[in-house]
Amino acid sequence: MRIRALTIRIIRQFVRDKRTLALLFLAPLLVLTLMYFVFNGREIKPDLGIAGVPPAMEERIAQSGARVVRYDDADQANRALEGGDLDATLTLDNGRPALRLEGSDPSMSKAVLLLLRQAMQQDAPGVQLQISYLYGKADLTSFDSFGPVLIGFFSFFFVFLLAGVAFLRERTTGTLERLLATPIRRSEVVAGYLTGFGLFTLFQAALIAGYAIGVLGMYMDGSVWLVLLLNLLLTLTALTLGTLLSSFAGSEFQIIQFIPLVIVPQVFFSGLFNLEAMNPWLQKLSYLMPLYYGADAMRAVMIRGEGLSAIQLDVYVLLAFSVAFALLNVLALKKQRPI
Amino acid sequence: MNDPLSPSPVVELDGISRAFGGRAVLDGITLQVGRGELFGLLGPSGSGKTTLIKLITGIDRADRGVVRLLGERMPRLSMLQRFGYMAQSDALYAELTAKENLMFFGALYGLGGVRREERIRSAMAVVDLLEHLNKPVSAYSGGMKRRLSLAIALLHEPELLILDEPTVGIDPVLRQSIWRELLALRDRGTTLILTTHVMDEADRCDRVGLIRDGRLTAVGSPADLKARTGTATIEDAFIAIGGGARV
Repeated sequence: MRIRALTIRIIRQFVRDKRTLALLFLAPLLVLTLMYFVFNGREIKPDLGIAGVPPAMEERIAQSGARVVRYDDADQANRALEGGDLDATLTLDNGRPALRLEGSDPSMSKAVLLLLRQAMQQDAPGVQLQISYLYGKADLTSFDSFGPVLIGFFSFFFVFLLAGVAFLRERTTGTLERLLATPIRRSEVVAGYLTGFGLFTLFQAALIAGYAIGVLGMYMDGSVWLVLLLNLLLTLTALTLGTLLSSFAGSEFQIIQFIPLVIVPQVFFSGLFNLEAMNPWLQKLSYLMPLYYGADAMRAVMIRGEGLSAIQLDVYVLLAFSVAFALLNVLALKKQRPI
Repeated sequence: MNDPLSPSPVVELDGISRAFGGRAVLDGITLQVGRGELFGLLGPSGSGKTTLIKLITGIDRADRGVVRLLGERMPRLSMLQRFGYMAQSDALYAELTAKENLMFFGALYGLGGVRREERIRSAMAVVDLLEHLNKPVSAYSGGMKRRLSLAIALLHEPELLILDEPTVGIDPVLRQSIWRELLALRDRGTTLILTTHVMDEADRCDRVGLIRDGRLTAVGSPADLKARTGTATIEDAFIAIGGGARV
């Protein structure tokens, strides 16, 4: 009897909460769809630059699935590799084939190696391939490659949750209303939250990066300060996005509902998965995701050891996201107080 | 008691209406509260008292009509400095001590340094909580939280106090003590506007406004309202004016 009453009450509550209902049914579909596009797309085609390689071999490589670009000499090919246009170069060094891999994505390196070994077995069995890496090293593990992305992701995720729930509680416990009955400006509320939480996120960023590099021994080739800067920018974006979205949530539970909608898609586009297999127009979605810029820059710094000039654009975009979210937050507070 | 139509009313409402999602919560309210008055808004829950309070304070904006507070048209950010406010729910940070709460709100009202220390001690003395100043709010009882909320409202010595159900959920003894404090504040010249749904509290106000279903059904002193309806208590007067009992 009591169980029945309870069951009916819960069903009623669910039916009234349309958002929870939609999330329950639609969010898994969304995530499944994304996974489909990530894992079930076209096959990976490495971009291979070649110079001085016999035409027969060139043709065989092209047949085995690589996009082949011919260069006049090895220097030119390797410059294109450094410029990010290629995944690997194949040149002749004293008559012996030399393979140089871009190296920051182990799955791409493996694909190139596999492809070349197959092509050469038929053409020139017994010839030893000289392998070198532009970035990273041969034993760069998947963890080393994903690491920078994971650092960014965890900072982003937890700050998002924390800020969202904290700001929501301020509203549901009535303290936000009380706060807004004082002469505080809406922009001051947002700025106060940013500063207060910003201090904690700075600490968090340092802790995560320090642990990953110092304790877990993650591959690190660049400046620690740049890693901290990027982490801080990412968490600021998470902070502003979390507080902004909490304005549209009525309970802690509804904050959690934002995870599959806001966080999970970012994971797919952040570089954890190779997007080359994905439909090109879907790949463009990554330009909307803060985590994409953060992860891109983190990889550039940690694996490729690049400096500020190489990640400038990422830094500006992350800043722009934070500023935009913060301003929207000031606007959203109008719901609580019109002035 | 002041003449409610004196040249500079503290609060002036002229034909204000407010609707939420097509449902009218307040409908054509016109009212003036004079300086130094203790004015009570009396009505059952859901009658629109809290919405009216929010319009007076400028936390919300009226759909129609004009709200003036101390002569200034509301809502206006700078006017939020001019009154003390106590919300219906105790909006306190439970993790912090009473003193930390007071320091936070004091700073929001621009109090700092020695002056803030002075005001904290003085406001906590008024509500008789001085010895609990450094306790975390989570260790406070319901009545203590209510009194702390009142202390926060008194902190910057406002000329007007707006209190939303100041005695809700408080035992009779404490209610007496809070009322003693409110009357003492009134005697020192502070204007007070409070909401209540407790009829005997309405008897202590200089004037009361009866609200029902978003309309102001009557305004006057308790004695005046009882005389007008020929009833012995405010409760009977309220029922007589409202045209039948409804809870």
